[in-house]
Amino acid sequence: MTVQIHDGTSWRTVCALTDLEPGRGVAVLLPDSEQVALFRDRAGELYAVDNLDPFSRAPVLSRGLLGNRGDRPTLISPMYKQVYDLTDGRCLDEDTAPDGAPAVLRRWPVRVHTEERAA
Amino acid sequence: MTTDDRSIRDLVLVGHGMVGQRFLEAWTEQPAARDWRVTVLAEEPRPAYDRVHLSALFSGSTAEDLTLCPSGFLAEHGIDLRLGDPATAIDRERRLVATRSGAEVRYDVLVLATGSVPFVPPVPGTDAPGCHVYRTIEDVDAIRAQAGTARTGVVVGGGLLGLEAAGALRAGGLDTHVVEFAPRLMAVQVDDGGGAALRRKIEELGVTVHTSAGASGVLTGPDGAVRGLALADGRELAADLVVFSAGVRARDQLARDCGLPVGPRGGVVVDAHCRTEDPAVLAVGECAQAVDGRVYGLVAPGYQMAETAARTLAELAGSGPTGAGFVGADTSTKLKLLGVDVASFGDPHGTADGALDVLYSDSRSGVYRKLVIGADGALLGGVLVGDTEGYGALRPLAVGGKPLTVAPEQLVLPAGFASAGPVALPDDAVLCSCHNVTQGAVRAAVREQGADSVAAVKKCTRAGTGCGSCLKQLGTVVTEELEAAGVSTAKGLCEHFGHTRAELYEIVRVTGLASFSELLARHGNGGEGCEICKPTVASVLASLGNGHILDGEQGALQDSNDHFLANLQRNGSYSVVPRVPGGEITPEGLITIGEIARDHGLYTKITGGQRIDMFGATVDQLPVIWRKLVDAGFESGHAYGKSLRTVKSCVGETWCRFGVQDSTALAIELELRYRGLRSPHKLKAAVSGCARECAEAQSKDFGIIATSAGWNLYVGGNGGMTPRHADLLAADLDRETLIRTIDRYLMFYIRTADRLERTSVWLERLEGGLDHLRAVVLDDSLGIAAELDELMDRHIGGYRDEWAETLADPDRMRRFASFVNAPGTPDPAVTFVPERGQIRPARPGEAGHTLDSPVLVAGARLEVLTP
Ligand code: SRM
Ligand SMILES: Cc1cc2nc3c(=O)[nH]c(=O)nc-3n(C[C@H](O)[C@H](O)[C@H](O)COP(=O)(O)OP(=O)(O)OC[C@H]3O[C@@H](n4cnc5c(N)ncnc54)[C@H](O)[C@@H]3O)c2cc1C
Ligand code: SF4
Ligand code: FES
Repeated sequence: MTVQIHDGTSWRTVCALTDLEPGRGVAVLLPDSEQVALFRDRAGELYAVDNLDPFSRAPVLSRGLLGNRGDRPTLISPMYKQVYDLTDGRCLDEDTAPDGAPAVLRRWPVRVHTEERAA
Repeated sequence: MTTDDRSIRDLVLVGHGMVGQRFLEAWTEQPAARDWRVTVLAEEPRPAYDRVHLSALFSGSTAEDLTLCPSGFLAEHGIDLRLGDPATAIDRERRLVATRSGAEVRYDVLVLATGSVPFVPPVPGTDAPGCHVYRTIEDVDAIRAQAGTARTGVVVGGGLLGLEAAGALRAGGLDTHVVEFAPRLMAVQVDDGGGAALRRKIEELGVTVHTSAGASGVLTGPDGAVRGLALADGRELAADLVVFSAGVRARDQLARDCGLPVGPRGGVVVDAHCRTEDPAVLAVGECAQAVDGRVYGLVAPGYQMAETAARTLAELAGSGPTGAGFVGADTSTKLKLLGVDVASFGDPHGTADGALDVLYSDSRSGVYRKLVIGADGALLGGVLVGDTEGYGALRPLAVGGKPLTVAPEQLVLPAGFASAGPVALPDDAVLCSCHNVTQGAVRAAVREQGADSVAAVKKCTRAGTGCGSCLKQLGTVVTEELEAAGVSTAKGLCEHFGHTRAELYEIVRVTGLASFSELLARHGNGGEGCEICKPTVASVLASLGNGHILDGEQGALQDSNDHFLANLQRNGSYSVVPRVPGGEITPEGLITIGEIARDHGLYTKITGGQRIDMFGATVDQLPVIWRKLVDAGFESGHAYGKSLRTVKSCVGETWCRFGVQDSTALAIELELRYRGLRSPHKLKAAVSGCARECAEAQSKDFGIIATSAGWNLYVGGNGGMTPRHADLLAADLDRETLIRTIDRYLMFYIRTADRLERTSVWLERLEGGLDHLRAVVLDDSLGIAAELDELMDRHIGGYRDEWAETLADPDRMRRFASFVNAPGTPDPAVTFVPERGQIRPARPGEAGHTLDSPVLVAGARLEVLTP
């Protein structure tokens, strides 16, 4: 079983499902140097958002912890600990990043793909 | 009041002490203040400071910490503060104040706030070098300068101020005596029973108390300096230093000289509106005799006078003063003198007709509690020594003459206060006497002004910002009010656990549960967890020794630094800190670190913890760098963990001319003993080879200072945001006892502290404080010493270097790849630019380069190659 991210044009296989430690993330490099943070929570759900942290402008979100606030699944930035709602990418602590842009993470479609046969 | 038509009038304040400053604050809040120009003549060389907390200067606070005059306050209100230029005479006819520098300042209204001077008994020799008083920062400096070389100090005066001074001498390491004229200590505030309990407690601390003893003269040596104190009964006490702290006298000379009436025992006579006989002159604070004929030596009544005077002045322009003004004040006090809690409130001596005492006294524990109950059952006052629980609730009841809602017998028993249930306070009871804030006002702040914490309530009501003795009661009322409003004030960790960290620790210790999922399912509220509970559980599991921190489910709980065994930096790169025990390192070791840093292009810096930090590694470079370090004999320095950081050392007896023990060897031994110990917050330590303290041990979680007889152990020190001087836990310990004591101290802390609570905060919060800690770790008062020892032995026996073990295990190594789909590619977004011959992170918009160095880790299914 592999994990696929839709990069805007097509589904792209990025890793094996077993590469994802529940509650934690990995970073994925897309062709035009775009970085995606990919997570699997302890319940098995997958999430993919920008890896770039809007507050520090460092590519580190894949190293954050997963959590939940009420019924929202959340991601906590490892840098300054802002909390993001993974269902819509919105930062729950602050509305805007220091550069004035809205503090919202782009979300990427993600799915588990079961190969018909080992390639 | 002047009637001329000048639009700007002149207000002159003489004295910028505690009450003077408070007057300025109250005055500038008055709308009328806009039409006035304010000049302040001050004798001292610095703006107003917190005299009440003067003794904090002996435990690490600085003069700046005590300042009362917020920066910008004077400028904002255009106040002309003339430091070091006291008033020398008042010409009431011409409304002029003369100053020492020869200036003459005109006033329309003059406010005197000159405070008091310490009373020095008229006996021979009090001007000899070595005689001191205790009122100003300069006095403290002088005492401190001499305390370094003095061995014995005598304090004349066993009242509140005398005991404060004795505490200061004790903290300076002096053999301390207190000489008191009355038959008991703190004669004004406490009764005989309370005085006896206080005396026992203080003598236990090594202070010698002489009551019913009068000083008859200071003895001087051939050099003219103090060598002792002669007592009226003929005895002589040897001493290098004498502090006179036997009460104060109002500074009313300026008023006397210009013909204003003063009271029989001093103090400028004022009416309820703080006016002297001359309507253009007001007096406030300790220099004034209030309308009830008393001269108050406490700050709270002074503050009330300051408020009154500001109102008087504002209203003078109109129809004349309104309201009751200042007609007298409550002199209740709650203090910690030499670490002993003492409180006295209402009428502590039971002078009213038909008043009865309800009394509890336990000489063994040094607790004395007395309540004075009136004939009608109302609480009139009380004395509490050794245990002041309940003061916050009892004082307002006594001051308001309110009847008790529970039986007084229950309230005097030390444990009884908590079990007797809440003592209902009426809303008009004054909760904070410093700022005259009622319980009702506090409730309203929470209910109507949205203050949702003690800090917020302090801000909007000022309650709790004076002497601080009402803080506990304030906390209770705020919590009650928030709970009534349905705001959760649960002490649990987060929405996932209703337990505190200490409770979770006990659960894990007792049940042996070692998985976050199981803990969350059985003792928590389910869900994913969060950034608070995950690392906390990870830390508790690690404290109790549950294998490598990256194994199995534990790996997913670690905070970002622990997860990569390195410290995350601002651009997403990491730093590497190998352990350098005690800061001792061989030339070979230095060269190895230098070579590794050079080969990988890392930035190097000596840390504040006596070791070397290498910065700039990406996650995929960390294993390569560590492989080299481990091969060269280095191990993890845990700079990333809430665990032991460093044990700093000084060079000690081996090299230093002054050292009396081998501090370096002990620092190394301790660092190796406690390395890897996970705790609620980071732990830092230091060992100094003599009292010069070059390792700064008194600012550490545990610090050791060598003495010629052994080692002194200090605990609870802290640098950082809220510095705290460590407390002496035990003196002159031999090596074995020292180590066992530290073992138990650390394990007791780990067992009971909150999440991210340094030992300093924990110790402040610990019920019973230092005495309790001492009892637990030295006398095993809780019967847990064997358990604590066992836990520490288990930690030491189970220690493995985290990095060596990580490198040896492919599963643990899987995380060290920048990209899951492009293993071996270093992160192109982590870039650097050169600066001062090294690298630094590129700033946003700056074109930087990546660090190229050999990357030897090969992706998801990886093997580690040795270079
Ligand atoms: C590297 C170093 C500064 C330096 O260049 O010298 C440093 C760096 C950091 N310190 Fe520190 N502290 C360093 C010595 C100190 C010291 C001095 C000392 O240890 O003697 C102190 C004051 C002493 C103390 O802790 O009581 C100190 C008090 C703090 C505090 C405040 C702690 C407090 O109780 O108030 C923090 C914040 C915290 O922990 O919450 C902090 C936090 C940090 C963090 C973790 C900030 C962060 O979140 O990134 C920094 C990690 C950088 C890194 O990658 O290593 N650092 N820090 C020093 C590492 C020492 C070492 O060898 O391990
Ligand atoms: C060690 C210590 C501990 C204390 N503990 C407590 C406590 O726990 N609780 C409590 O309620 N109170 C305590 N007090 C008392 C408290 O500090 C005083 O009540 C308070 O400072 C009085 O304020 P004040 O402004 O009237 O006098 P001060 O604070 O003494 O200020 C008077 C100022 O006027 C200046 N001055 C005098 N003459 C002139 C002049 N001619 N021209 C210009 N300036 C002049 C003085 O230099 C001084 O700066 C303590 C005092 C000390 C010394
Ligand atoms: S003082 Fe602040 S900036 Fe400097 S190392 Fe410590 S935490 Fe970082
Ligand atoms: S009583 Fe002193 S601060 Fe409240």
